This record gives sequence, structure tokens and C-alpha cells, in this order.
Amino acid sequence: MNERETAPKLISLSQKTRTGETAIYAFLFFCATVSILTTLGIVLTLGKEAVNFFKTVSPFTFLTGTKWQPAIDQFGILPLLNSTLMTSLIAMAVALPLGLSVAVYLSEYAPDRVREILKPVLEVLAGVPTVVYGYFALTAVTPFLRSVFGSDTVEIYNTASAGLVMGVLILPLIASMCEDALGSVPGSLREAAYAMGATKLEVATQIVVPAAFSGIAAAFIMGLSRAVGETMIVSLAAGAGSALTFNPFKAAETMTGHIVRISGGDLSYDSMDYNSLFAIGLLLFLITLGLNVLSRRIIKKYREVYE
Amino acid sequence: MSAIRDANLAPVPEFDTRIKERHARGKRRLALFLAATLFSVLSLGTLIASIVNDAFGYVLLENTVEPETLAPGGNFAALDKVELVEILRANVSRRFLMKLDSDAPLADRPKDDLIDLVRTEVVDPVVKKTWNLSDSLLHGKGIVAWAAQNSPKGHVEFRSWLNADFVRRSQASVAIDAGVRGAAFGSFLTILITILFAFPIGIGAAIYLEEYAGDTRLNRIIQTNIYNLAGVPSIIYGMLGLAIFVRGMEPITSGALFGAVADPSTANGRTIFSAGLTLALLILPVIIINAQEALRAVPASLRYSSYAVGATRWQTIWHHVLPASMDRILTGTVLAVSRAVGETAPLVVVGAPAFLTQDPTGIFSKFTTLPIQIYQWTARPQAEFRNAAAAAILVLLALLMTLNASAILLRNHYRKNKRLG
Repeated sequence: MNERETAPKLISLSQKTRTGETAIYAFLFFCATVSILTTLGIVLTLGKEAVNFFKTVSPFTFLTGTKWQPAIDQFGILPLLNSTLMTSLIAMAVALPLGLSVAVYLSEYAPDRVREILKPVLEVLAGVPTVVYGYFALTAVTPFLRSVFGSDTVEIYNTASAGLVMGVLILPLIASMCEDALGSVPGSLREAAYAMGATKLEVATQIVVPAAFSGIAAAFIMGLSRAVGETMIVSLAAGAGSALTFNPFKAAETMTGHIVRISGGDLSYDSMDYNSLFAIGLLLFLITLGLNVLSRRIIKKYREVYE
Repeated sequence: MSAIRDANLAPVPEFDTRIKERHARGKRRLALFLAATLFSVLSLGTLIASIVNDAFGYVLLENTVEPETLAPGGNFAALDKVELVEILRANVSRRFLMKLDSDAPLADRPKDDLIDLVRTEVVDPVVKKTWNLSDSLLHGKGIVAWAAQNSPKGHVEFRSWLNADFVRRSQASVAIDAGVRGAAFGSFLTILITILFAFPIGIGAAIYLEEYAGDTRLNRIIQTNIYNLAGVPSIIYGMLGLAIFVRGMEPITSGALFGAVADPSTANGRTIFSAGLTLALLILPVIIINAQEALRAVPASLRYSSYAVGATRWQTIWHHVLPASMDRILTGTVLAVSRAVGETAPLVVVGAPAFLTQDPTGIFSKFTTLPIQIYQWTARPQAEFRNAAAAAILVLLALLMTLNASAILLRNHYRKNKRLG
């Protein structure tokens, strides 16, 4: 009662912000900078140990050497890089056509009820932990390949099996990115094509897909980056021990597979093995970062065209 | 096309056949699109089927010591504790006995525990061969006959690798005695640390970027940086964790600074705490991006009306914006957390020990998690560990499904209490 009777104190609108608000602002700003710190941390730690490594091995020998055998001081990245590219390209050869087909079906053909069932299935497929895919590659796909092509041709560990399964892992990512790209093609383009007498397929493949080409390219690059950095499938199914081979049925360790195998043991700090991992890590980081930046650039560019 | 123009829309036979062809081509390609879609559905089915196939099936076991020679009729339950201890003393090496006694004195252990010990250490069934579920169902009789011929001492039994003991027991050197208890505890504690750090920081960063940040250069850099971090391979985060948390912050992450370890000289930074922090950094960009989208979906009118009645910025966010977007924020966070639950590579790099039989006792313990356990069992040459890995995968998938289901429940709960549609 008393409160209502006393005249309200006038508030000066130009008064300073409360200290609590400033403290909260400072905390929120700190939260946002954690991501910058993370990036700095990645660059600095990878860089620091890699520099130690490059004191002993010249970057040129590292990038052009054809043998990776730390036991005899051979540090050439090519065998590891080669198998990384092989598994990734096999994966993309599976994921791109299938993912794009799924995207075209979902975006141009599928009735709403089918979409409602398919989308969660794809999400589950993308949400299965990669170690489970690794298990699947080793215990189901490899025996299958061996029974088809003969167990003399196909080794127990091989890049083909790892690549194929990785393709299934990346398929949902490609499908959803492509579907976004196809969906952002304006309806007027489709209607114009129908008005000219095009069939549904012609609209889909000759109008919509070319119009969304940059988005599809971005999806491909993003998928490739994911494949290059993928670890558990290759470390379980592609084999241990580096080998420079173009035969997909032979065992060949990838960059990520090597990092996991070597660091899995009790690795001693500042040894040559330890430092070499960070050199590989730095290369891996640069490749994936480059691919991601490229992919995001492409997406940004094509958005400007249609919106 | 020229045919249409010339004929002035009169029916042209050439046009009719061409349009039929075009529609036929359309149907064939649609079949291809459908096949691709079917393929992705089937791969999920095959994946799950192959895991179930390995998690159940016949095993051929040979007992090291036949139970009948130890107890009448092989019935250990009929013996009393003294007799059970006697059996153990007679059949187990002295060193192992001393270890058992120092863990917990044999005489004080419950009877079930002793029976379990006699079963695993004395009878010690050894897996000679395993069959998967489809073989067991289709050629069951053949398997029994084959076993009777090739292993007269052994016996065949149908085994579910996923059973109550599997969840109760910890890692062991023999597949048949192995379980996932330690790994499940490890996963749980690791994720707890992850959520504790990633959730507040992630939401904080999202609020800063959506509600406070102006369009300055620094803020644009932060935003681009978050998108780029989301694409960094998880194994790189593992290396970051190894260099910063395990090595750089060893006194903190090993717990030595807090006096939380029994012997600071052997403690190192390869702990649950380090693992949880590493995973927190890994899922942080995902949480931020999801939360930003959630905040963006809150209508501006809500903020304006709050300001209009005199609320400060933070009051507006805390009392209006956050409650209105909590459903989406939580859904995004749970999805990010389930990614962390299944993550393996960074934790292997951070330094999960290859073989750990003890349960974690706190956040400064050495750790193993479910995915790491699956990885290590799959990488083993013995076939029976693959069966154990399949069973562990089923546990992991069940856990992930529970998480996702809880995300849906949480979302519905918040939707119901929400003031705004």
C-alpha cells in the first residue's frame, strides 16, 4: 500500500547500463571467442609440432617421398595421401550418383507421405556412428567382395570395401545438400519448361539439375572433404601399413588411419613418430579446410543468383 | 519442335512416337531414381541385419575343467561357500588368488560371486568356433553334427552375445567373459563433461551472435570461423585435445592439481576429463549453429514487446527469447550430443588405453567408451570378439535411439508449455 502512495522515482533513460548486463555481455562474448581460440589452438599445435618435424625432414621430401616407413626414417606422404584419395574417390563414386538420384526423387517426384518416411531413414543412416560402419565394412562388405571377386584378388583389408561403405555414409549428406540446391531452383523455371511441353524427367534433368549445378558441386566438395577426414572406416577396413598402390583390392593405410594406429599406443611425446602425426594432421587440416571454404564460396555465389 | 510449328497443332505421327519415347525414357529414369532411394533404405537394413546376425548364434565351447568333476552333477549352487573357495584354491594360480583376495577377501564374497568365479576361472569355457544367426537357423543340425564329430569334448550352445552378463561385466581378455559396463560408465562420464562445457558455451556464443553482435568485421570472422570449424575432421580435434588438454594442461586434466589422484607421479592427462573437453570442442560448432537457427526463428515482435514494457536486453533474452526457442535448441543439442556419443577417432588419439578392465571412479580416471570398445574388439583377430563387438554395437545403437527419443519428448514438452506457436 505504502509503495503505491509514494511517488515513483524517475528513471533517467540515459543512465549507464547495469553492471549485471555488462558482465553477461562479457561472458557471452567470451563464449563466442572460444571458437576462435579453438581454431588458433588447432593451427598453433599442429603448426608447432609440424615445424619440429620439418626441422628433420624437409617439406619437399615429405610431399614427394614415395615411402612412409618411420622405422627406417622414410617420411614420404604419397602412399598415405594416395590411399586417402582412393578411398575418398570410391566413396564419391558411390555417394554422388546415388545421393543426387535420391535428391531428384525426393525433390521432384516423391509424394509427401514417402518423403516423411524417407527423410528420417536418411537421417538415421547419417547418424549411425562411423565405427559401426567400419565394423560393417570389415565383417560384411569385405567378405562379400571376396566371394564375388575371389579371395586371391581381394585382400582381407582393402580400400575398395572401405570406400564403398564410406560412400553409403556420405550419401545422406550429399542427398540432403543436393535436395536443398534443387529445392531452391525457382518454380517459375519448372513451369516455363512444362509450358514448352517438356516431360517431368526433362524438367528434372535438363532444367532443375543444371540450374542447381553449383549447389550440387558444393555438395560434392563437402562430401569429398568429409571422406578425406573420415577415420574409423578406413582404420578398420583399409588396413595397417602404408603401401603405394592403385589396386583397390589391396591393403593401404590412409592418413587418418595412420594417425589413429600410431597414437593408439602409448606414444612418447616429442618423438619423431609423434611429430610426424602432426605434420600429417596439418596437411589433412589444410586439405579439408580448403575444400570446405571452396564449397561454402560456391553456395554463397549461387544463392546470390536466385535470391 | 519444328514439327509442331509446321503442322499447326494438327496430330503428327512423328510427334506421337517421339512423345511416347520421351515418356518411356522418363519412366526408366524414374525407376533408376527409385532404385537409388531403395538402395539407401536397404543399406540401412543390411547394416542392422548384419549386426544382429553377428550378435546371436551357435558357439562351440570346450570346458577346461568339466563341471561334473568339481561338483556332483555340475551343480555349483548345491555347494556351500567353503567348498567353492576350496575349488578355487585347488585350481587357480596362487598369484591370481592373491589378487582376488586383495580386491575383496574370498571368504567375504557373496555366493553368487564365487560361483561366477568358479565358472569363469576354473571351468573356463573356451570358444572354439562361432556361427552367425543365419547359419545357426538354416544349418543348425549340420552345425551340431559337425561339432560332435570334430570336437567330442566340446558342446554347442545357442548364445545371445547380448545378455544381462554382457551389460554387467567389464572388459576381459576372453570374449565370452567380456562386457561393456566399464565402457558404458566411461561413455556416460565423458558425455557428462561434454554437455557441462559445450551446452552453456554453445548457447552463450549463439546468443551473442544472434542477439548482441553487430555487423562488424570481428563478428563476421567469428561466424565464418564457426562454419569452418564444423567441417574440421574429428581426428584433428583429437590431436588438439592431445596437445592442449592431455599435454599442456596435464596438472589440471590429470587431477593432480586438485589432489584427486592417489599417486600423482603416475597420473597423466589421458583422462575422462580430457576426453570430455575434446568432445565438447568437437560438438561446439554444431550446437552454436543449431542454436543460432533456433534463435533466429523467434519473431522480432516478441523482443519489441518486451523492450516496450521496459525490459533490459538480458531480461528479454532470458524471459522471452530463450523459452520461446528452447525446444529447437534442445533438439539440436541432443543431436550434437548423440554425435559425440558415437565419436571414436578423437578419443583414440587423446589416448584411451588399449586394455582397461577397471571401471572409471571419477573424471580423472583412465577411460574407455562404448565406440572405443567396439573399435578395439573389431580390430582383434579372434572371431569371437567380433560377436562381442556386434553386441556392443547393439547397446550403443539402443543408447542413441533412447537419446533421440528423449529429444523428441523434450521438444514436445517445451512446445506444450510455450506461449508462442
